[in-house]
Amino acid sequence: MAVERLVVADRTAFLRRPDYRTLRVLALLGLVVLWELVTRTGWVSSLFLPSPTGVLAEGIDMVTSGQLFVHLARSLERLAWGFGIGVVTGISVGVAVGFFSLADAVVQPIIAATFPIPKIALLPLLILWLGIGETSKVAVVALGVFFPMVISTYTGVRQADPLLIRAAVSFGAGRWSVIRKVILPSALPMVFAGLKLGAGTALLLLVAAEQIAADAGIGFLILQSGNLMETTKLMVGIVVLSLLGLLSHWGLSGLERAVIRWRHT
Amino acid sequence: MRVVVERVSKTYHDRRGRDVAALSQVDFAVEAREFVALLGPSGCGKSTLLNIIAGLLPATSGQVYFEGEPRPGRPTAATVFQEFALFPWRTVRANVEFGLEELGVSGLERVERTRRYLDMTGLGGFEARYPHQLSGGMRQRVGIARALAVEPAVLLLDEPFSALDAQTRTLMMDELLNIWETTRQSVLYVTHNIQEAVFMADRVIVLSRRPGEVLDVVPIKLPRPRRESHYGAPVFVQAADRIWGLIKSQAQTALLDGDVVAGQGD
Repeated sequence: MAVERLVVADRTAFLRRPDYRTLRVLALLGLVVLWELVTRTGWVSSLFLPSPTGVLAEGIDMVTSGQLFVHLARSLERLAWGFGIGVVTGISVGVAVGFFSLADAVVQPIIAATFPIPKIALLPLLILWLGIGETSKVAVVALGVFFPMVISTYTGVRQADPLLIRAAVSFGAGRWSVIRKVILPSALPMVFAGLKLGAGTALLLLVAAEQIAADAGIGFLILQSGNLMETTKLMVGIVVLSLLGLLSHWGLSGLERAVIRWRHT
Repeated sequence: MRVVVERVSKTYHDRRGRDVAALSQVDFAVEAREFVALLGPSGCGKSTLLNIIAGLLPATSGQVYFEGEPRPGRPTAATVFQEFALFPWRTVRANVEFGLEELGVSGLERVERTRRYLDMTGLGGFEARYPHQLSGGMRQRVGIARALAVEPAVLLLDEPFSALDAQTRTLMMDELLNIWETTRQSVLYVTHNIQEAVFMADRVIVLSRRPGEVLDVVPIKLPRPRRESHYGAPVFVQAADRIWGLIKSQAQTALLDGDVVAGQGD
């Protein structure tokens, strides 16, 4: 009698996603090398695209002359104030709107109506109200951070497990205890999502504001270098922005891991 | 302290605005140091009743009260939840401390009480873990320790072991009884499992299907401490049979009846 043997094969093989670690590094390196080649061979004029080594050299120059720090310090100061104010007010309003239905009724429609406005469109108005100085730039950054913070905090608060709230109440927790010990920790992951979104928006608005009205700052540096055809300096400004974005993301991710220990082991 | 449940009724409004009676004129008491099981088919309002006693849900009519010597600084009830309801961001120790914090117990006393109930529930050595690092059985130990730590007049347990596997459940029942032998506080234990109710309780209160009302109160005349050998004892079998007789037809109707009230499962 003929015997048939059917060996079971793994049919999910095509679903596997191997981790190409070295390729991640090589892809980025490859881009920089290609960029260098394209400029070295004179295929693209360095007026339009300076070489990576040129940008690096200019960057070192600007660091040693202290020129870069002048701009960076001004930008960071605006960023810190704007981000800080946006985060604190955003979280407070988000918790209030998420927890108290009265605040929800009053604030929710206002937020829904103002959220879609591109914040940079408000800069002329803010300059009119607050003057051309630092306040208007800080205000536009704060506004840009405020909205993602409110919306993500609100979502986080609404997602708090009602069972945990009832458990807290059953052990004697009142309104403020529930907010502090249940709602806020529940909302933390969403708050961090908002912080990351807000950091991106903050950078965007900061540069835009600095290009409209400023006498220093990374945004100003980029605009002025462009006007003077100093493309290398312009590229230094762009690289600095890229690094700022990366650093803020890493910083927030690290902070998130440190604060939300109960999820990461 | 004894807990008196006096003609408690509860009516819900479902999504279509219809009235759904969950509990009807429920009347019973849990005496001081008594272990009472509250048993009924699914959808009989057991959990609803427990929530009313815990002050987590208002009754439509009737009242619940505690009577006995005043016990300053000690809450009337503490609940052990079916789904554990541990705070995931708190360690085992911090979860057990939660109720003490809310009671305003601080300093050395809080540390000592937490220590005592962690040891009693076999959680020594696990204080620094987070709930997600524990098995289901260990998580519910935390739930029990958290409730015991506030030393409530009555300990309310809402199907505490039904989310656990069968072996773990049996072990946890034994442990709960052992703990109760030392603390001897009033317990109201909600379950839909007849064996569990008869094995653990001094009296079993049998509730009917929705709207839940007390069908009968069955005293369990087994000696304490309860042992596994009691499962085969004539007293045990008779009590279990009597309870099954009371709820069999109700459970059958529940099985065939598709009219489950959304959001009010128990």
